[in-house]
Amino acid sequence: MSEIPVPDHAMEEAVADVAEGASVATPAARRRITLVDVAGPTLIFAVSLGCWYWLSYFGMSENRRFLVPPLHEVVQEGFLDWTNFSIMLNALWLTTQVAFWGLGIAIVLGMTLAILMSQARWVERSAWPYAVALQSFPILALVPLIGIVFDYNFNARVLVCIIIAIFPIINNTLFGIQSVESGHHDLLTLHNASRWTRLWKLQLPAASPAIFAGFRISAGLSVVGAIVGDFFFRKGDKGIGILIDQYASRTTTLPRLYAATILAGALGYVVFSGFGFLTKAVTGKWHESSDIPG
Amino acid sequence: MLCVSFLCMESVRSERVLADMDGSALEFNRVSMVFPDGTEALQDVSFSVEPGEFVTIVGPSGCGKSTLLRIASGLLDPSSGSVEVDQERIGYVFQDATLMPWRTVQGNVELIPELHGYKKTERQALTKAVIDLVGLNGFEKHYPKSLSGGMKMRVSLARTLTLRPPVFLFDEPFGALDEINRERLNEETQELFKNEGFAGLFITHSIPEAVFMSTRVLVMSARPGQLVAEFDVPFKFPRKPGLRFDPQFAELSGKVSKALRGAYT
Ligand SMILES: Nc1ncnc2c1ncn2[C@@H]1O[C@H](COP(=O)(O)OP(=O)(O)OP(=O)(O)O)[C@@H](O)[C@H]1O
Ligand SMILES: [Mg+2]
Repeated sequence: MSEIPVPDHAMEEAVADVAEGASVATPAARRRITLVDVAGPTLIFAVSLGCWYWLSYFGMSENRRFLVPPLHEVVQEGFLDWTNFSIMLNALWLTTQVAFWGLGIAIVLGMTLAILMSQARWVERSAWPYAVALQSFPILALVPLIGIVFDYNFNARVLVCIIIAIFPIINNTLFGIQSVESGHHDLLTLHNASRWTRLWKLQLPAASPAIFAGFRISAGLSVVGAIVGDFFFRKGDKGIGILIDQYASRTTTLPRLYAATILAGALGYVVFSGFGFLTKAVTGKWHESSDIPG
Repeated sequence: MLCVSFLCMESVRSERVLADMDGSALEFNRVSMVFPDGTEALQDVSFSVEPGEFVTIVGPSGCGKSTLLRIASGLLDPSSGSVEVDQERIGYVFQDATLMPWRTVQGNVELIPELHGYKKTERQALTKAVIDLVGLNGFEKHYPKSLSGGMKMRVSLARTLTLRPPVFLFDEPFGALDEINRERLNEETQELFKNEGFAGLFITHSIPEAVFMSTRVLVMSARPGQLVAEFDVPFKFPRKPGLRFDPQFAELSGKVSKALRGAYT
């Protein structure tokens, strides 16, 4: 090994550069929770609550108040009454399982398809039109058919989720892989990288921000899919969608309808932000625009 | 030795033997390039780079300089003519640093030995040596997004140096840097060249950069690129920053500049 004195200005410059880079790159400095982070959402929550109560007590006449019951009635009947609440939680659990299975299968299937498409033009040409067709198909029109064929069971619900959730995964994975910089491809070509090495060391890591964005979209969609499946089946085990459908049909259960709706919304939110955190954990350290609010 | 795309296999052998005998690190024999869309990028280009030489090509934008390097590295096959070089052991520094943003400095520098199947401990030894060489110690764990343009280029240089290629191709690597950073990297590259003893082929638009680092400057004409002038650069290595203010340096730069102006017409 030859001994080469490093020009000292190299070091100077490097130190200066990093000192200046550090202010943008230190994760701790980047996300400190400020007053606005707490006060802003709290304010919006308070205003919404106010609107709700206003609508309930002043917007509705006495005899129509049951349509918009005040929040405390919803909480009391929906969340604090254990019989009601446990029914809802069971239903929510079923819906969660359906959504997760659907999402999981959509991820595995969608990524596999996209990777195959990215590796051979003919696969892409052959399969892409169907992916688009699936995306543009009015899924609601298909749900009753799936229900009949699969006998309204768990698998039928999962299938609805897959169909709804798979397209963003295929699309984002394929798009991510295809937007790899040509300079990076050249670098691997120069060193005779195999197709597998290229996929593993370049295409998938480069595509990962796009892939995770796809996961987040699909996560939300699969919750929608799970509830939509329920809605249309109206049969089989009770998911939160079936409960919502039932609660909506009687005036006495309207507070529970509100409670179930809130739960369904919370599920969607939790799943979506869960994937937000996952994205940060995987690409947060290096990706330029990884400041996705959790 | 490995040859790229010949018109006929017979000539391959004979030319290869010739190349071996005169021992050039890189040799272009009557290389022409016409792209499928009809663009004529290079016309009948012949020259060689001997071991211990640092040759710089200057030429108008779009005259085919990058194309020339892509052909030299085997990324592109010429339409006619041949290139002789040991393509298994070539270093190529691109115009952009082309670092992988998901890898740290260390990870980026390790990439090339990794692609060649070196073991982890070997990779680490190789990486440490070149990171020292380009003055990036202490930054091994940084991600590219927190580095300046100059530092990214140093990482790119380090990455290319890991396997100590005997031939180095540079495609305008410092074009995006500010003047001072560019001069520093010129000085460092010149020092690496002197100490590592690789044969260099460097592309640039900057005449001072060309004259400062090279042993020889070639001037290329507008498209289709042809070599139209050649200047030997006599200054001794190691070259000091002050060389840029030497009257001889100015005189030679002037000559190159004049030839380059001619090349535009
Ligand atoms: N794949 C290609 N297909 C068709 N034409 C091409 C292709 N690649 C390059 N060219 C053309 O060949 C010519 C030479 O390109 P090249 O990139 O080698 O120029 P250059 O000398 O490196 O220019 P610059 O100094 O701007 O980098 C240009 O006119 C360019 O448009
Ligand atoms: Mg170029």
